[in-house]
Amino acid sequence: MLKKQFVTGLLAASLAVFSSSSFAEVENYVIDTKDAHAFIQFKIKHIGISWLLGQFEKFTGEFSYDEKNPSASKVTVNIDTPSLNSNHAERDKHLRGKDFFDVKKYPTAKFVSTAYKAVDKENAVLTGDLTLRGVTKSITIDVKHTGAGNDPWGGYRRGFEGHTRITLKDFGINYNLGDKAREAELFLSVEGIKQ
Amino acid sequence: MLKNTSTQYGILSISFHWISVLMVLGLFGVGLWMVDLGLYDAWYKKAPMLHKSVGVVLFVITVLRFIWVKLNPQPLPPEHSPTWERWAAHLTHILLYFLLFASMISGYLISTGDGRGIIIFNLLELPALPWQFPQQEDIAGQLHEIFTYSLIGLALLHMLAALKHHLIDKDTVLRRMLGRSV
Repeated sequence: MLKKQFVTGLLAASLAVFSSSSFAEVENYVIDTKDAHAFIQFKIKHIGISWLLGQFEKFTGEFSYDEKNPSASKVTVNIDTPSLNSNHAERDKHLRGKDFFDVKKYPTAKFVSTAYKAVDKENAVLTGDLTLRGVTKSITIDVKHTGAGNDPWGGYRRGFEGHTRITLKDFGINYNLGDKAREAELFLSVEGIKQ
Repeated sequence: MLKNTSTQYGILSISFHWISVLMVLGLFGVGLWMVDLGLYDAWYKKAPMLHKSVGVVLFVITVLRFIWVKLNPQPLPPEHSPTWERWAAHLTHILLYFLLFASMISGYLISTGDGRGIIIFNLLELPALPWQFPQQEDIAGQLHEIFTYSLIGLALLHMLAALKHHLIDKDTVLRRMLGRSV
Protein backbone atom coordinates (compact mmCIF):
# COMPACT_ATOMS: atom_id res chain seq x y z
CA MET A 1 0.00 0.00 0.00
CA LEU A 2 2.77 2.38 1.04
CA LYS A 3 4.85 1.44 -1.99
CA LYS A 4 1.91 2.21 -4.36
CA GLN A 5 1.36 5.60 -2.72
CA PHE A 6 5.05 6.32 -3.01
CA VAL A 7 5.19 5.46 -6.72
CA THR A 8 2.03 7.51 -7.43
CA GLY A 9 3.48 10.43 -5.55
CA LEU A 10 6.77 10.19 -7.44
CA LEU A 11 4.94 9.94 -10.79
CA ALA A 12 2.78 12.98 -9.95
CA ALA A 13 5.81 14.98 -8.89
CA SER A 14 7.71 14.17 -12.08
CA LEU A 15 4.69 15.08 -14.21
CA ALA A 16 4.40 18.36 -12.36
CA VAL A 17 8.05 19.21 -12.88
CA PHE A 18 8.00 18.40 -16.57
CA SER A 19 4.75 20.15 -17.44
CA SER A 20 4.93 23.28 -15.30
CA SER A 21 5.92 26.60 -16.80
CA SER A 22 8.85 26.91 -14.40
CA PHE A 23 10.69 24.82 -16.94
CA ALA A 24 10.29 27.71 -19.45
CA GLU A 25 13.25 29.44 -21.08
CA VAL A 26 14.05 32.52 -19.01
CA GLU A 27 16.97 34.18 -20.74
CA ASN A 28 19.24 36.52 -18.81
CA TYR A 29 20.97 39.30 -20.65
CA VAL A 30 23.59 41.86 -19.78
CA ILE A 31 23.24 45.14 -21.70
CA ASP A 32 26.31 45.51 -23.92
CA THR A 33 27.65 48.81 -22.60
CA LYS A 34 31.19 47.51 -22.79
CA ASP A 35 31.15 47.84 -26.56
CA ALA A 36 28.57 50.61 -26.52
CA HIS A 37 25.77 48.79 -28.30
CA ALA A 38 23.31 50.61 -26.12
CA PHE A 39 22.30 54.26 -25.91
CA ILE A 40 20.21 56.44 -23.65
CA GLN A 41 19.28 59.72 -25.28
CA PHE A 42 17.17 62.63 -24.20
CA LYS A 43 15.38 65.19 -26.29
CA ILE A 44 13.80 68.47 -25.20
CA LYS A 45 12.54 71.57 -27.00
CA HIS A 46 14.90 74.54 -26.91
CA ILE A 47 12.72 77.64 -26.33
CA GLY A 48 10.10 76.10 -28.59
CA ILE A 49 12.34 76.37 -31.64
CA SER A 50 14.31 73.14 -32.11
CA TRP A 51 15.17 69.86 -30.47
CA LEU A 52 18.06 69.77 -28.08
CA LEU A 53 19.59 66.32 -27.87
CA GLY A 54 21.93 64.69 -25.44
CA GLN A 55 22.80 61.36 -23.99
CA PHE A 56 23.95 59.60 -20.86
CA GLU A 57 27.25 58.04 -21.77
CA LYS A 58 27.76 55.78 -18.77
CA PHE A 59 25.21 53.25 -17.60
CA THR A 60 24.82 49.55 -16.92
CA GLY A 61 21.87 47.27 -17.13
CA GLU A 62 20.50 43.80 -17.44
CA PHE A 63 17.26 42.19 -18.44
CA SER A 64 15.64 38.83 -18.43
CA TYR A 65 13.28 37.78 -21.15
CA ASP A 66 11.11 34.75 -21.69
CA GLU A 67 9.81 34.26 -25.22
CA LYS A 68 7.07 31.93 -24.03
CA ASN A 69 6.10 34.18 -21.13
CA PRO A 70 7.04 37.77 -21.94
CA SER A 71 5.12 39.23 -19.03
CA ALA A 72 7.76 37.75 -16.75
CA SER A 73 10.44 39.95 -18.36
CA LYS A 74 12.44 42.24 -16.12
CA VAL A 75 14.79 45.15 -16.73
CA THR A 76 17.14 47.10 -14.51
CA VAL A 77 19.23 50.05 -15.67
CA ASN A 78 21.61 52.16 -13.59
CA ILE A 79 22.65 55.49 -15.05
CA ASP A 80 25.71 57.54 -14.12
CA THR A 81 24.14 61.00 -14.21
CA PRO A 82 27.39 63.01 -14.40
CA SER A 83 28.02 61.30 -17.74
CA LEU A 84 25.39 63.42 -19.47
CA ASN A 85 26.58 65.06 -22.64
CA SER A 86 24.77 67.61 -24.81
CA ASN A 87 27.95 68.61 -26.59
CA HIS A 88 28.40 71.97 -24.83
CA ALA A 89 30.66 72.49 -21.81
CA GLU A 90 28.77 75.37 -20.21
CA ARG A 91 25.38 73.79 -20.80
CA ASP A 92 26.51 70.40 -19.48
CA LYS A 93 27.96 72.06 -16.39
CA HIS A 94 24.59 73.74 -15.86
CA LEU A 95 22.72 70.46 -16.42
CA ARG A 96 24.88 68.69 -13.87
CA GLY A 97 24.23 71.47 -11.37
CA LYS A 98 21.50 72.14 -8.85
CA ASP A 99 19.10 73.66 -11.41
CA PHE A 100 18.80 70.34 -13.21
CA PHE A 101 20.24 66.92 -12.41
CA ASP A 102 22.23 67.95 -9.29
CA VAL A 103 24.66 65.12 -9.94
CA LYS A 104 26.77 65.82 -6.87
CA LYS A 105 23.81 64.94 -4.69
CA TYR A 106 22.30 62.36 -7.05
CA PRO A 107 25.10 60.69 -8.98
CA THR A 108 22.87 57.87 -10.22
CA ALA A 109 19.47 57.40 -11.76
CA LYS A 110 17.80 54.02 -11.87
CA PHE A 111 15.01 52.20 -13.65
CA VAL A 112 13.58 48.98 -12.28
CA SER A 113 10.74 47.38 -14.20
CA THR A 114 7.58 46.21 -12.48
CA ALA A 115 5.59 44.86 -15.42
CA TYR A 116 5.96 43.97 -19.09
CA LYS A 117 2.90 43.66 -21.24
CA ALA A 118 3.23 42.47 -24.83
CA VAL A 119 0.84 44.28 -27.19
CA ASP A 120 1.71 42.23 -30.25
CA LYS A 121 4.70 40.27 -31.50
CA GLU A 122 6.87 43.38 -31.76
CA ASN A 123 5.47 45.92 -29.32
CA ALA A 124 5.10 46.01 -25.58
CA VAL A 125 4.49 48.36 -22.71
CA LEU A 126 7.08 48.30 -19.96
CA THR A 127 6.15 49.73 -16.57
CA GLY A 128 8.69 50.46 -13.92
CA ASP A 129 10.03 52.75 -11.25
CA LEU A 130 12.33 55.52 -12.38
CA THR A 131 14.44 57.09 -9.65
CA LEU A 132 15.80 60.40 -10.84
CA ARG A 133 17.14 63.24 -8.72
CA GLY A 134 16.18 61.25 -5.67
CA VAL A 135 12.51 60.96 -6.66
CA THR A 136 10.96 57.58 -7.56
CA LYS A 137 7.97 57.52 -9.87
CA SER A 138 6.29 54.87 -11.94
CA ILE A 139 6.65 55.40 -15.66
CA THR A 140 5.71 53.45 -18.78
CA ILE A 141 8.01 52.89 -21.71
CA ASP A 142 6.78 51.96 -25.19
CA VAL A 143 9.01 49.11 -26.20
CA LYS A 144 9.75 47.61 -29.58
CA HIS A 145 11.58 44.33 -29.88
CA THR A 146 14.12 45.09 -32.56
CA GLY A 147 15.83 41.76 -33.00
CA ALA A 148 17.31 38.60 -31.53
CA GLY A 149 19.68 35.92 -32.70
CA ASN A 150 23.15 34.52 -32.81
CA ASP A 151 26.00 36.93 -33.30
CA PRO A 152 29.03 36.09 -35.50
CA TRP A 153 31.23 35.58 -32.44
CA GLY A 154 29.58 32.71 -30.62
CA GLY A 155 27.05 34.64 -28.59
CA TYR A 156 23.33 35.30 -28.63
CA ARG A 157 21.89 38.81 -28.50
CA ARG A 158 18.52 40.48 -28.17
CA GLY A 159 17.67 44.09 -28.83
CA PHE A 160 14.96 46.56 -27.84
CA GLU A 161 14.16 50.20 -28.34
CA GLY A 162 12.13 52.24 -25.91
CA HIS A 163 10.39 55.61 -25.92
CA THR A 164 9.03 57.49 -22.97
CA ARG A 165 8.27 61.01 -21.79
CA ILE A 166 8.93 62.42 -18.39
CA THR A 167 7.65 65.62 -16.84
CA LEU A 168 10.55 67.61 -15.40
CA LYS A 169 8.60 68.87 -12.41
CA ASP A 170 7.75 65.30 -11.39
CA PHE A 171 11.40 64.75 -10.61
CA GLY A 172 12.10 68.04 -8.91
CA ILE A 173 13.41 69.99 -11.88
CA ASN A 174 11.64 73.33 -11.69
CA TYR A 175 13.91 75.51 -13.83
CA ASN A 176 11.84 77.31 -16.44
CA LEU A 177 12.81 76.17 -19.91
CA GLY A 178 9.63 77.49 -21.50
CA ASP A 179 6.13 76.15 -22.10
CA LYS A 180 7.24 73.73 -24.79
CA ALA A 181 9.80 72.12 -22.54
CA ARG A 182 7.82 70.89 -19.57
CA GLU A 183 8.53 67.32 -20.68
CA ALA A 184 11.60 65.57 -22.01
CA GLU A 185 11.56 62.54 -24.24
CA LEU A 186 13.84 59.62 -23.60
CA PHE A 187 14.92 57.16 -26.25
CA LEU A 188 16.71 53.98 -25.34
CA SER A 189 18.29 51.44 -27.57
CA VAL A 190 19.67 48.36 -25.86
CA GLU A 191 21.37 45.23 -26.99
CA GLY A 192 21.74 42.47 -24.45
CA ILE A 193 24.21 39.61 -24.56
CA LYS A 194 22.70 36.36 -23.37
CA GLN A 195 24.47 34.97 -20.33
CA MET B 1 56.09 109.92 -12.39
CA LEU B 2 55.92 106.63 -14.31
CA LYS B 3 58.30 104.36 -12.49
CA ASN B 4 58.29 103.38 -8.84
CA THR B 5 60.82 104.64 -6.38
CA SER B 6 61.85 103.20 -3.04
CA THR B 7 59.20 105.30 -1.34
CA GLN B 8 56.55 105.85 -3.95
CA TYR B 9 54.52 103.98 -6.57
CA GLY B 10 54.62 105.37 -10.10
CA ILE B 11 51.47 106.23 -12.00
CA LEU B 12 51.52 102.97 -13.99
CA SER B 13 51.61 100.78 -10.88
CA ILE B 14 48.86 102.85 -9.30
CA SER B 15 46.72 102.56 -12.42
CA PHE B 16 47.26 98.80 -12.65
CA HIS B 17 46.22 98.45 -9.03
CA TRP B 18 43.00 100.45 -9.06
CA ILE B 19 41.86 99.26 -12.48
CA SER B 20 42.29 95.71 -11.18
CA VAL B 21 40.29 96.54 -8.05
CA LEU B 22 37.37 97.79 -10.13
CA MET B 23 37.51 94.92 -12.56
CA VAL B 24 37.79 92.23 -9.89
CA LEU B 25 34.88 93.65 -7.89
CA GLY B 26 32.81 93.98 -11.05
CA LEU B 27 33.62 90.45 -12.19
CA PHE B 28 32.77 88.98 -8.80
CA GLY B 29 29.50 90.86 -8.57
CA VAL B 30 28.41 89.95 -12.07
CA GLY B 31 29.56 86.38 -11.53
CA LEU B 32 27.45 85.98 -8.41
CA TRP B 33 24.42 87.53 -10.08
CA MET B 34 24.60 85.86 -13.47
CA VAL B 35 24.51 82.25 -12.21
CA ASP B 36 21.03 82.84 -10.82
CA LEU B 37 19.58 84.18 -14.06
CA GLY B 38 16.89 82.19 -15.82
CA LEU B 39 16.73 81.32 -19.50
CA TYR B 40 14.17 84.08 -20.06
CA ASP B 41 15.97 86.87 -18.19
CA ALA B 42 17.19 89.70 -20.41
CA TRP B 43 20.80 89.37 -19.27
CA TYR B 44 20.98 85.58 -19.42
CA LYS B 45 23.38 85.66 -22.40
CA LYS B 46 24.79 89.17 -22.06
CA ALA B 47 26.06 88.88 -18.49
CA PRO B 48 28.22 85.78 -19.04
CA MET B 49 29.51 87.23 -22.30
CA LEU B 50 30.65 90.40 -20.50
CA HIS B 51 31.99 88.44 -17.54
CA LYS B 52 34.15 86.25 -19.75
CA SER B 53 35.27 89.10 -22.01
CA VAL B 54 36.27 91.35 -19.11
CA GLY B 55 38.00 88.37 -17.47
CA VAL B 56 40.16 87.85 -20.54
CA VAL B 57 41.04 91.57 -20.66
CA LEU B 58 41.95 91.46 -16.97
CA PHE B 59 44.22 88.51 -17.72
CA VAL B 60 46.13 90.54 -20.30
CA ILE B 61 46.32 93.52 -17.91
CA THR B 62 47.55 91.32 -15.07
CA VAL B 63 50.28 89.77 -17.22
CA LEU B 64 51.49 93.26 -18.20
CA ARG B 65 51.21 94.35 -14.58
CA PHE B 66 53.30 91.40 -13.44
CA ILE B 67 56.01 92.20 -16.00
CA TRP B 68 56.01 95.82 -14.82
CA VAL B 69 56.39 94.71 -11.20
CA LYS B 70 59.44 92.66 -12.13
CA LEU B 71 61.02 95.59 -14.01
CA ASN B 72 60.50 98.09 -11.21
CA PRO B 73 61.88 98.65 -7.76
CA GLN B 74 59.18 98.15 -5.16
CA PRO B 75 58.64 100.74 -2.46
CA LEU B 76 60.18 99.58 0.82
CA PRO B 77 58.12 98.52 3.83
CA PRO B 78 57.60 101.24 6.45
CA GLU B 79 60.46 101.48 8.91
CA HIS B 80 58.42 100.61 11.97
CA SER B 81 57.08 97.45 10.40
CA PRO B 82 58.08 94.29 12.32
CA THR B 83 59.50 91.32 10.43
CA TRP B 84 56.37 89.18 10.68
CA GLU B 85 54.32 91.99 9.17
CA ARG B 86 56.72 92.41 6.26
CA TRP B 87 56.45 88.68 5.56
CA ALA B 88 52.67 88.69 5.87
CA ALA B 89 52.40 91.57 3.44
CA HIS B 90 54.78 90.01 0.94
CA LEU B 91 53.02 86.64 1.14
CA THR B 92 49.61 88.27 0.74
CA HIS B 93 50.70 90.06 -2.39
CA ILE B 94 52.13 86.88 -3.90
CA LEU B 95 48.94 85.03 -3.00
CA LEU B 96 46.81 87.77 -4.55
CA TYR B 97 48.66 87.38 -7.84
CA PHE B 98 48.27 83.62 -7.64
CA LEU B 99 44.53 83.87 -6.96
CA LEU B 100 44.06 86.38 -9.77
CA PHE B 101 45.65 84.06 -12.31
CA ALA B 102 44.06 80.92 -10.85
CA SER B 103 40.61 82.52 -11.00
CA MET B 104 40.97 83.60 -14.58
CA ILE B 105 42.54 80.37 -15.82
CA SER B 106 39.93 78.20 -14.10
CA GLY B 107 37.22 80.36 -15.63
CA TYR B 108 38.76 79.92 -19.05
CA LEU B 109 38.84 76.15 -18.54
CA ILE B 110 35.11 76.06 -17.79
CA SER B 111 34.07 77.64 -21.05
CA THR B 112 36.61 75.79 -23.15
CA GLY B 113 35.79 72.37 -21.66
CA ASP B 114 34.34 71.19 -24.96
CA GLY B 115 37.09 72.58 -27.16
CA ARG B 116 35.10 75.67 -28.03
CA GLY B 117 36.87 79.01 -27.86
CA ILE B 118 35.64 82.06 -25.94
CA ILE B 119 34.27 84.92 -28.02
CA ILE B 120 35.33 88.23 -26.50
CA PHE B 121 32.93 91.19 -26.83
CA ASN B 122 31.47 89.49 -29.94
CA LEU B 123 34.68 90.47 -31.71
CA LEU B 124 37.47 87.90 -31.44
CA GLU B 125 37.78 84.31 -30.38
CA LEU B 126 40.22 83.08 -27.78
CA PRO B 127 40.81 79.44 -28.71
CA ALA B 128 40.64 76.52 -26.31
CA LEU B 129 43.73 74.52 -25.44
CA PRO B 130 44.53 71.74 -27.97
CA TRP B 131 43.33 69.11 -25.50
CA GLN B 132 40.68 68.95 -22.80
CA PHE B 133 40.60 66.72 -19.75
CA PRO B 134 37.58 64.70 -18.61
CA GLN B 135 34.91 66.65 -16.67
CA GLN B 136 36.99 69.78 -17.28
CA GLU B 137 34.08 72.19 -16.94
CA ASP B 138 33.00 70.66 -13.64
CA ILE B 139 36.43 70.54 -12.03
CA ALA B 140 37.34 73.99 -13.30
CA GLY B 141 33.95 75.19 -12.08
CA GLN B 142 34.60 74.08 -8.52
CA LEU B 143 38.11 75.55 -8.57
CA HIS B 144 36.83 78.81 -10.01
CA GLU B 145 34.40 79.12 -7.13
CA ILE B 146 37.10 78.39 -4.53
CA PHE B 147 39.67 80.72 -6.09
CA THR B 148 37.35 83.67 -6.62
CA TYR B 149 35.85 83.60 -3.14
CA SER B 150 39.36 83.29 -1.70
CA LEU B 151 40.52 86.21 -3.81
CA ILE B 152 37.73 88.43 -2.52
CA GLY B 153 38.37 87.31 1.04
CA LEU B 154 42.09 87.98 0.82
CA ALA B 155 41.52 91.31 -0.94
CA LEU B 156 39.28 92.33 1.93
CA LEU B 157 42.02 91.45 4.39
CA HIS B 158 44.51 93.36 2.24
CA MET B 159 42.23 96.40 2.29
CA LEU B 160 41.79 96.23 6.06
CA ALA B 161 45.55 95.99 6.46
CA ALA B 162 46.00 99.11 4.33
CA LEU B 163 43.48 100.93 6.50
CA LYS B 164 45.34 99.75 9.59
CA HIS B 165 48.52 101.26 8.22
CA HIS B 166 46.77 104.47 7.38
CA LEU B 167 44.58 104.99 10.44
CA ILE B 168 46.48 103.22 13.22
CA ASP B 169 50.13 103.27 12.19
CA LYS B 170 49.59 106.55 10.38
CA ASP B 171 52.28 105.65 7.86
CA THR B 172 52.45 106.19 4.07
CA VAL B 173 51.50 102.70 2.90
CA LEU B 174 48.05 103.65 1.62
CA ARG B 175 48.98 107.15 0.56
CA ARG B 176 51.68 105.98 -1.80
CA MET B 177 49.20 103.72 -3.64
CA LEU B 178 46.90 106.74 -3.93
CA GLY B 179 49.64 108.81 -5.53
CA ARG B 180 49.87 111.21 -2.66
CA SER B 181 53.41 112.51 -2.43
CA VAL B 182 55.19 111.21 0.63
